[in-house]
Amino acid sequence: MGDASPEAAAAKAEAMRGFLISLPSYLYLVLFFAVPFVIVLVYSFASRSSTGRTVLGDWNLVSYKRLFDPLVAQIAFRSLWLALATTLLCLVVAYPFAYFIATRTPRVRNALLILVMIPFWSNFLVRTYAWRVLLGSDGPVSQITQVLGLGETRLLFTVWAILIGLVYGFLPFMVLPLYAAIERMDWSLVEAARDLYASGWTAFRKVTWPLTTPGVIAGSILVFIPALGAYVTPAILGGARTVLLGDYIVDQFLAARNWPYGSALSVALMTVMLFATFVYFRAGGRNL
Amino acid sequence: MERLLAANAWAVFAFFYLPILVLIVLSFNENRNVNIWTGFSTRWYGEILDNADVLRALRNSLVVAGVSTVCSTALGTAAALAVERFRFRGRRLFDGLLYLPIIIPDVTMAVMMLLFFVQALDLVNGLLGTRLNLGLATISLSHIAFNISFVAVVVRARLGQLDPAIEEAAADLYAGRWQVFRRVTLPLILPGVLGGALLALTLSLDDVVITSFVSGPGSTTLPVYVFGLVRRGVTPLINAVSTVMLLGSMLLVGLSLMVQRRPATLGGGNR
Repeated sequence: MGDASPEAAAAKAEAMRGFLISLPSYLYLVLFFAVPFVIVLVYSFASRSSTGRTVLGDWNLVSYKRLFDPLVAQIAFRSLWLALATTLLCLVVAYPFAYFIATRTPRVRNALLILVMIPFWSNFLVRTYAWRVLLGSDGPVSQITQVLGLGETRLLFTVWAILIGLVYGFLPFMVLPLYAAIERMDWSLVEAARDLYASGWTAFRKVTWPLTTPGVIAGSILVFIPALGAYVTPAILGGARTVLLGDYIVDQFLAARNWPYGSALSVALMTVMLFATFVYFRAGGRNL
Repeated sequence: MERLLAANAWAVFAFFYLPILVLIVLSFNENRNVNIWTGFSTRWYGEILDNADVLRALRNSLVVAGVSTVCSTALGTAAALAVERFRFRGRRLFDGLLYLPIIIPDVTMAVMMLLFFVQALDLVNGLLGTRLNLGLATISLSHIAFNISFVAVVVRARLGQLDPAIEEAAADLYAGRWQVFRRVTLPLILPGVLGGALLALTLSLDDVVITSFVSGPGSTTLPVYVFGLVRRGVTPLINAVSTVMLLGSMLLVGLSLMVQRRPATLGGGNR
């Protein structure tokens, strides 16, 4: 009977319309995203000839076994703690910062937000390069420390330079979702807590923080994921002894020419990312 | 407490802006050695204009950014409308697929694109006997692939704010589906569409990793070219090019603030 009624026919036509509107981008994403994903998956099981060519055939798990190399563990560990440290530092700095902006008058707030948007939209490569200039052995930072009698700073090409670069690069990604969450918050709830004699700290811990956790989680994901896969930052600010997952993967394609191994590394990285995002959505976050 | 918050805020702003300012100031240093200030000069800007490689890379960047922005804005807006306004089979899968390019790190996206195009070009060249290679086309196609999602997110945010009653009112007044879209929905979401387009433009002009994987000989974009220079060291020419790129970014921020009017979130507007 369902198909016969005019409502059902209309609903069907409506569904068809929606499908057709989505079709061009749907097909595009299948062809240029889903298919490439499958190809990477296939490559990760392929083998490599002695000349470095990838042989599609003779499928094996060699590339995946290499993931358990101590070298990989070292690189993965370094990437992981740098990404976590970046996320944590961004959170600690950005939360009070976003709180400050959200509690200004609308006019001041909009002006400050524009000041946040500018670095957010500015070229990432250029912003990273600025630190290469600043931290150079005879660069401005080193010149200042020398004048102060602290001696030369030798931060460039160390993990600390990478950490600074990552925090600098991704801080706006943390600020904006936090700001959105704090600004959206129902302040009367905080007032109610204070009326009930909660101290400022208790009110924050029991009311403000829980109400803004979606922003905290969104910001953390937005910082953690690109930080874990970072390539530009370590390539510019890091050295030969500070290889991270991002530049390690790129090396497999542009230098070592071991595509199956690079593919396996990519698959592993994607799995971690998808897991992290899954946790985020399970935690109830919705806004990216 | 208030004082601490204010102090932290100004420290963050200083952190955001001082490095950029130092870079801009140093780009006007006359000396070949970036760190020894000998006087104000615009000579490095003049050298940009004489540098054929930089100019070609800039042209490539603009072509790729233009093409990918137009295509991804059209595709991304349609995608946003479909998931936000319709129920259809496969909608959830599409929704998920739409989010993935945002979540996935650049490096893995770059690997995916490289392997895909190597295979695809092999196949096409084998079938048609052509000699197609990696180049501006593959760069543009890759940029569209990640930009669709970003445009869709921005447009969806705008659609979400829209009161459906307005569209229903138009339909009650016997406006056809297309008329409702053309006369009501599109004008209302236009700030979101333009905002998404500007984000796509920015991302396309920013991208280093994906582009360097799918570019061929002679098809380097400006960021990829600069990245190659930067890895070799700091030069006054890079400082000047960087300053120009920063100015370009700021122009885009200004434009996006103008079209979105309410600079509330990265998508523009509150929910």
